Amino acid sequence: MALVNVKINNIPVQVEEGKTILEAAKLAGIKIPTLCYLKGVNEIGACRVCVCEVKGARSLVAACVYPVNEGMEVFTNTPNVRASRKATVELLLSNHNKACLSCVRNNNCELQTLSSDLGCDATKYEGVKSDASKDESTPYLIRDNSKCVLCRRCSAVCKEYQSVAVIGANGRGFDTHIACAFEKPLAETACVGCGQCIVACPTGALSEMEEIDDVLNAINDPSKRVIVAAAPSVRVGLGEEFGMPIGTNVEGKMVAAMRRLGFDDVFDVNFGADLTIMEEGTEFLNRVKNGGTLPMITSCSPAWIKFCEHNFPDQLDHLSSCKSPQQMFGAVCKTYYAEKLGMDPKDMVVVSIMPCTAKKFEKGRGNQNAAGVPDIDFALTTRELAKLIKRAGIIFDELPDEQFDNPLGIFTGAGLIFGATGGVMEAALRTLYEIVVGKEAPSLDFNEVRGTEGIKEAEYDLAGKKVRVCVASGLANARKIMEDVRAGKSQYDFIEIMSCPGGCVNGGGQPIKSAFVRNNKDIKAERAKSIYAQDAAMKMRKSHENPAVQQLYKEFLGEPNSHKAHEILHTKYVPRQKY
Amino acid sequence: MSKIKLTTVAFKGTAEQETQLRQVLDEIKSSAHPSVMTALQRAQAIYGYLPIEVQSIIADEMGVSLEEVFGVATFYSQFTLNPQGSYAFGVCLGTACYVKGSGDVVAKLEECLGLKDGETSSDGKYSIASTRCVGCCGLAPVMTVNNEVYGKLTVKDIPDIVAKYKAM
Repeated sequence: MALVNVKINNIPVQVEEGKTILEAAKLAGIKIPTLCYLKGVNEIGACRVCVCEVKGARSLVAACVYPVNEGMEVFTNTPNVRASRKATVELLLSNHNKACLSCVRNNNCELQTLSSDLGCDATKYEGVKSDASKDESTPYLIRDNSKCVLCRRCSAVCKEYQSVAVIGANGRGFDTHIACAFEKPLAETACVGCGQCIVACPTGALSEMEEIDDVLNAINDPSKRVIVAAAPSVRVGLGEEFGMPIGTNVEGKMVAAMRRLGFDDVFDVNFGADLTIMEEGTEFLNRVKNGGTLPMITSCSPAWIKFCEHNFPDQLDHLSSCKSPQQMFGAVCKTYYAEKLGMDPKDMVVVSIMPCTAKKFEKGRGNQNAAGVPDIDFALTTRELAKLIKRAGIIFDELPDEQFDNPLGIFTGAGLIFGATGGVMEAALRTLYEIVVGKEAPSLDFNEVRGTEGIKEAEYDLAGKKVRVCVASGLANARKIMEDVRAGKSQYDFIEIMSCPGGCVNGGGQPIKSAFVRNNKDIKAERAKSIYAQDAAMKMRKSHENPAVQQLYKEFLGEPNSHKAHEILHTKYVPRQKY
Repeated sequence: MSKIKLTTVAFKGTAEQETQLRQVLDEIKSSAHPSVMTALQRAQAIYGYLPIEVQSIIADEMGVSLEEVFGVATFYSQFTLNPQGSYAFGVCLGTACYVKGSGDVVAKLEECLGLKDGETSSDGKYSIASTRCVGCCGLAPVMTVNNEVYGKLTVKDIPDIVAKYKAM
């Protein structure tokens, strides 16, 4: 790529041709403020916060979309530029519900930061505000248009990452607002609940439906035994809420914090992940042996399941009947563990901590109540756990590292890597190889299915039988794969699909990073790296080696896919309407 | 709340209209510049308005989401989500009519029909739409009901005119 010479505030820089002023300025050590811009997803130059002066240009230009050219001279900090940006943000603030102190995004709000950085007077323009509604129709998400700045980052990720596109701009001018088609509440649309819109939102216009108080009430109820367990990705996200670098693994401190919060048992959803491999791996082998529906597709990601039900209701037979690790974990708690403790599952409260908002929907689906009560009572996001910890006054970074409780806190590296795209496939392959070939795979690192690309494929030889696998993350990628499946053109035997790009580490329930961080760092890759590092250091790296899982089958379930296992660990899917 | 007016009139599209719509959409899809905008214009020409049943077909056929179609349909004032009533009341809010009191005429009409400007009664019989200048300012304020023109109106005239159509 040819380089061009430009000057940013008189600092000469060489930039690849076609790059934007925003990118060139970053190379010159200048951060141009942005609001609507999300690299690769929402490049529309609409908000005018990033305006700059270009020598010879008639007016200010939007740095996020304006390409550099040879000899260009850009000024990012002139009185004219500062005044324009300031007025733009002040006008946005004039139509904003400025209840910042009690806002879910207080201290992590891009509008708040802009206002502060640009020296805005938040009450300079007072006038009529556009009518704003609040959508609380789903169990997982709140849309509060009184906080919306119409940047369209939410609708862009909904469309581009997920090909769901259920929210967008309706109306015109002052009446423009983000909503669904025909102004339907979100719960009546094909929204999948992935929460990618929440982590893309610069303000508090989008947030999860919180269950923090429900959990605190359960902990304070002496008649309840309250169990907590976290998904693999939570341990590499949680630290970010306490100012630690992206991807810091805080497993030990997380366990210590959970114990100090007053949970009776601190377990790990990784146990459920290991169990999933036993059930799903066996289901796959049975399908191959008995001519069942192939390709078989994983069912861990509840937003993917809902997506499939809405968009491919005729293809549900491809889905593994396995519950997700969260639901398997809850089901085992309320059957096996309750029986072991000799207690009524009604007196047990199981709380999961998830990098995910769709889990709040999943727990309320039908067929997710093995003991006659919901498998999972509350599903908090990583962010909600951080709030619980802060509310309890726990100094997180000073906590000692502690261990999970037995028996449902025991896990292998295979369960752990579920957090990254390709992890379920790799975990399955580690076990399948050994079952089919009769010895350990030559390497436990299945590098072909690792990495953050949206679609990966590989072929493995299991004792002469070729197994063709595919791994997709981001539902727009899943849609491509599924169109082939529907057309009967799919060449794969086994497909892993995760809703969020990069898998659960990048889930909609994970800590929210500003656009500046998202545009300049690969967050999902850094969190995944941390998970793979922990896996590599573990002694047990194959799900079938998990002694607690082995014990569960011996004492309770019999064998994988047994009648009892089916009753407790498997579920059903329902066709849903697209509109 | 949003100012978008959704219809409460049951969809009465015919099989012929759907066939026609699908033909039109095939034509648009094979054109050099297929656009949702064109699809909406042609669909409105067939149905007279753009209900969810019609927009869903457009979304499926044009390969975009229903929300994207709806976003376009609610951005441009040329599109309507409401069918015209069997008796379509149009009141001119052009300058001449307005200064002669057509604003009050609309208000009275809204009261008499129990509908807001832009709405259609759920039985599909009556609708109110304020219009731009209809070109006969000498008759201001002007109201049309289908092809009937009522000029030099006062608020007092409205109940009788409404009663006439209610009796039909």
